[in-house]
Amino acid sequence: MQQRPLSPHLQVWRWGPHMLVSILHRVTGDGMALVGLAVLVWWLGALASGPEAYGTFQAIMGSPLGLFVLVGLSWAFFTHLMSGMRHFVLDIGAGYELDVNRMWSIAAPVIGVVLTIAFWAAILIRRGGM
Amino acid sequence: MGSGTSIGRVRGLGSAHHGAHHWLAARFTAAGNVVLMAWLVVSFVMLGDFGYANLVKWLAQPIPATAMILLVISLFWHARLGLQVVIEDYIHDAGSKFALIAALNLATIGGGAFAIFSVASLALGGQA
Repeated sequence: MQQRPLSPHLQVWRWGPHMLVSILHRVTGDGMALVGLAVLVWWLGALASGPEAYGTFQAIMGSPLGLFVLVGLSWAFFTHLMSGMRHFVLDIGAGYELDVNRMWSIAAPVIGVVLTIAFWAAILIRRGGM
Repeated sequence: MGSGTSIGRVRGLGSAHHGAHHWLAARFTAAGNVVLMAWLVVSFVMLGDFGYANLVKWLAQPIPATAMILLVISLFWHARLGLQVVIEDYIHDAGSKFALIAALNLATIGGGAFAIFSVASLALGGQA
């Protein structure tokens, strides 16, 4: 196996937005699968276990580190949502023109960040914090 | 079916037509995730108060409990499909691949079952 030639590998390509959005889709999806589902299971399990267990959940996820994880998960969700929408369009055979592909490769993660900010702004406004 | 070339032995036996199943299941669960996560995001914004009493009161109602259980199923299924592809892409040793996918199945089914049971116990009023 070691002696066989390799096809041109990752590092020979110049990075473009379509490559970034592709790897972001995988990273955000796997991040949510590993961290997000653990938090979801803990959240639901703590609620079912009673006020004391939920208090522990709130104390840890409400700490600066916990909030950092929650904001990160929400960013991963909105980014994965937008790159996933891009995949739905590509799946029907549309959006492969170079300029259109490039435009949505940039727009998807940017809209993901905008939605993340809008979500937390809405949460804070509803809570009366701002 | 003769004893000729390898293509000759399989030609005409037909396709199982299951080749696209994994890919399609990822899309179907993705569509489920879009609908159900939209519900969760709107619910979080509407809730405002994330204290124990308010959340239990909310999640014990029929529609939130049903939506949360469906969300857990859709998310865990989608995550299982996605992580399987990552394992298949990066783990090339057949034994390790088998073991990781077996562990993935146990983790997703176990985690999903626990989450569904938690919602059901709240909805049916059987707190521990």
